[in-house]
Amino acid sequence: MTARRAVARLALYLLLVVFALFFIMPIYVMLVTSLKTLAEAQNSSMWALPRVLSFEAYANAGARLGRGVLNSLLLTIPATLISSLVGSVNGYCLSKWKFRGSNLLFTIVLFGMFIPYQSVLIPLVHFLQQIGLYNTIAGLILVHVVYGVPITTLIFRNYYATVPDELIEAGRIDGAGLLSTYWYVFLPISLPSFVVVAIWQFTNIWNEFLFAVTLTNNPGTQPVTVALQNLGGSMIAQWNTQMAGALIASLPTLLVYIILGRYFIGGLMAGSVKG
Amino acid sequence: MHIGKGEIPPLAPRMHSALGRNDIFVAATTPGRGTLKHTGRERWLSAGLLAPSFALVALFVYGFIAWSGFISLTAWRGMLPDYTFVGLKQYGDLFANARFQRDLLNTGVFTLAFLVGNLFLGLLLAVLLDRRLRGETFFRNLFLFPMAVSFVVTGTIWVWIFNPHSGLNVLFTALGFNTANWKWIIDPHMALYCVVMAAVWQMAGFTMAQYLAGLRGIADDVREAARIDGANEAQIFRHILLPQLWPVTVGAIVILGHISLKIFDLVFVMTGGGPARATDVPGIYMFEATFRGDLYARGAAIGIVMLLMVAVLIVPYLIYSRRMDRS
Repeated sequence: MTARRAVARLALYLLLVVFALFFIMPIYVMLVTSLKTLAEAQNSSMWALPRVLSFEAYANAGARLGRGVLNSLLLTIPATLISSLVGSVNGYCLSKWKFRGSNLLFTIVLFGMFIPYQSVLIPLVHFLQQIGLYNTIAGLILVHVVYGVPITTLIFRNYYATVPDELIEAGRIDGAGLLSTYWYVFLPISLPSFVVVAIWQFTNIWNEFLFAVTLTNNPGTQPVTVALQNLGGSMIAQWNTQMAGALIASLPTLLVYIILGRYFIGGLMAGSVKG
Repeated sequence: MHIGKGEIPPLAPRMHSALGRNDIFVAATTPGRGTLKHTGRERWLSAGLLAPSFALVALFVYGFIAWSGFISLTAWRGMLPDYTFVGLKQYGDLFANARFQRDLLNTGVFTLAFLVGNLFLGLLLAVLLDRRLRGETFFRNLFLFPMAVSFVVTGTIWVWIFNPHSGLNVLFTALGFNTANWKWIIDPHMALYCVVMAAVWQMAGFTMAQYLAGLRGIADDVREAARIDGANEAQIFRHILLPQLWPVTVGAIVILGHISLKIFDLVFVMTGGGPARATDVPGIYMFEATFRGDLYARGAAIGIVMLLMVAVLIVPYLIYSRRMDRS
């Protein structure tokens, strides 16, 4: 019986290791290729380790993607902060200060999280041109904050729902109203949700491509995802540079995941997704 | 890859604290218990605080959808707006268009393969990880990390793996399969499945996390009782766990299905819709019609068709979630 169990355990681990290899494989390819010289980064030696460590690909990719990384930071950080704040206030009002129709209103807003953005894209471009925000980072920030309202509101609303209503009642006895209860009671206990929402928004905005490619039209404003796509188009055979670029473009979100991964899953579970 | 300091607690309890009990249904937690009594002034203040961002959503979501809908009824092609009303002509043209018919077919095949791949792999990984083994955290984080990477990066890497002159063919040949000379991403019959493979790589961790949370939500004594009654592990899985995981499966189908119906980035980066439209999808066509061909009315019509496809999946889900919310 115990021998059978040991064999079963071993089979279980073997299976998991096989799947682990499948998940690591693309990252392995990206890493080893990015550290090769162009001469070595050839098709036939794709799976081999680099014979000589070379950082020329990073120098090339860095030069091509530097501006994109900067643009993405200038876009992602403010957009993440603003969305988190907006989501927090919205979630607080919707969970603790309901009014007639507030639940229905929220469901209607929630739908915005699932729409294919192709269905709003033409008016969006037109609108941003009209208000002078087309091809600006500020325009992208606005767009990501607005389309982020449903998910950020949802996560905070569900979090505040777990906070007992008695805190509101107790605050009221002390003379605290909606705003002061938020400021002195809810905001200080909101850190876990702020982390969940911030990670979620940071990852999604950093990785976003459709708005990035349609709402900007030159390297001065293009986020890194567009810069990487352009790199792929113009350096079709320079695989080492492409892979170094892919790593540079995913480094910030990977770092966030490695350091704060436990909170990452919170956003995942809230029912939202990439795309 | 080890995430953070020390062991991460099991999935279910964390979600319990962070997001309420029912994790898969978007609106299924029960905010408050309706016992709070507010004065009229406070309700107005609450509504007033919500107003600016909700008004922007109203404009950016519903206003722009209506505007797109209107454009799709016009004859607008070329740089300058042309609001000549042509009724449903764009839609008629679209559904008679061979490229769009191919796009719909591709989307159907893609969605089916993507769902099957994700649900199968996600459930399998969750069941394996539910065995309370050493290194669970390590494996879980490993299966999930592709979620942190963009579709653009995923596509950039996988397109090289599926390059017939490198990638898998070289690997298989090195492993002794000398006949490995498939055309992969440039073969019109295989290309779509290559994109599905990359997409499953990216999203399987999400499905796994959902199933794992579902499994952890099933009390141990339910399984224990079945075991005492003489059920074997396979029977427990088939007759006890699988039925209880049904809501997770439905939720995952809705979430994954709507991603796949609007897929764009991954296809754009990996194939651009080729070879010979084998991987073309409405998202690509909409982008090219609008931003490469200036066919604005057609682009708007494609966008609206995509919206309707997603709505068929999402609206019943939202209504159901709202019902759960109330009860």
